Amino acid sequence: MKILVQSAAFDLAAEVAALYRANPKVGAMASFIGLVRDAAALTLEHYPGMTEKALEQIVHDACTRWNLLDATVIHRVGPLATSEPIVLVAVAAAHRGEAFAACEFIMDYLKTRAPFWKKERTAAGDHWVDAREADELAATRWAR
Amino acid sequence: MKLELRYFARLRETFGRSGETLELIPGTVADLLQALRQRGTPWAEELSGERAFRVAVNQDMASPDTVLAEGDEVAIFPPVTGG
Repeated sequence: MKILVQSAAFDLAAEVAALYRANPKVGAMASFIGLVRDAAALTLEHYPGMTEKALEQIVHDACTRWNLLDATVIHRVGPLATSEPIVLVAVAAAHRGEAFAACEFIMDYLKTRAPFWKKERTAAGDHWVDAREADELAATRWAR
Repeated sequence: MKLELRYFARLRETFGRSGETLELIPGTVADLLQALRQRGTPWAEELSGERAFRVAVNQDMASPDTVLAEGDEVAIFPPVTGG
């Protein structure tokens, strides 16, 4: 398991390769990248310590629900420009069903449980992004 | 008891500080919030419950009845918006 909170960009191909290269049991990889959308720029704030702990707990929860072989979560913080990658989730499993489901689960929980906050810069000025009810609904459907 | 308070994002800006040390008689998260609301504006408005906020104690999510102890790190922040 690899959990990183960093300001630097990440390399999707390198991160995915690192998950399967040394493990012949991996038969499926699912990855997701979230991007800065519809804003001139974003600044991401986090809670050092708690954020990493929350991400570890989310990946741990995913590992108890599905038979995962490995996972990587990298979330960027600080200033980010339009179309820059914000977050990477990559999951390795034996079969695609587990990889797809776990990747979506990790993102849904990350969006509602991990302490990150977005401040958006638009033509009208700077403002903190409000939490979306749709994100909370997306996370609660996994409770069933 | 002495508490280490931390504020994040919009609440850090509204309160004009990223944290503070606070002396409180032993109690719960609800008691702490009541003490902060008694400071008046903007604490009273932000922590009235009208705008959503979250509380974490020692970096775990907490509820109003979470009991606080000497030296606890208590963070107050808006609902999260990462990803």
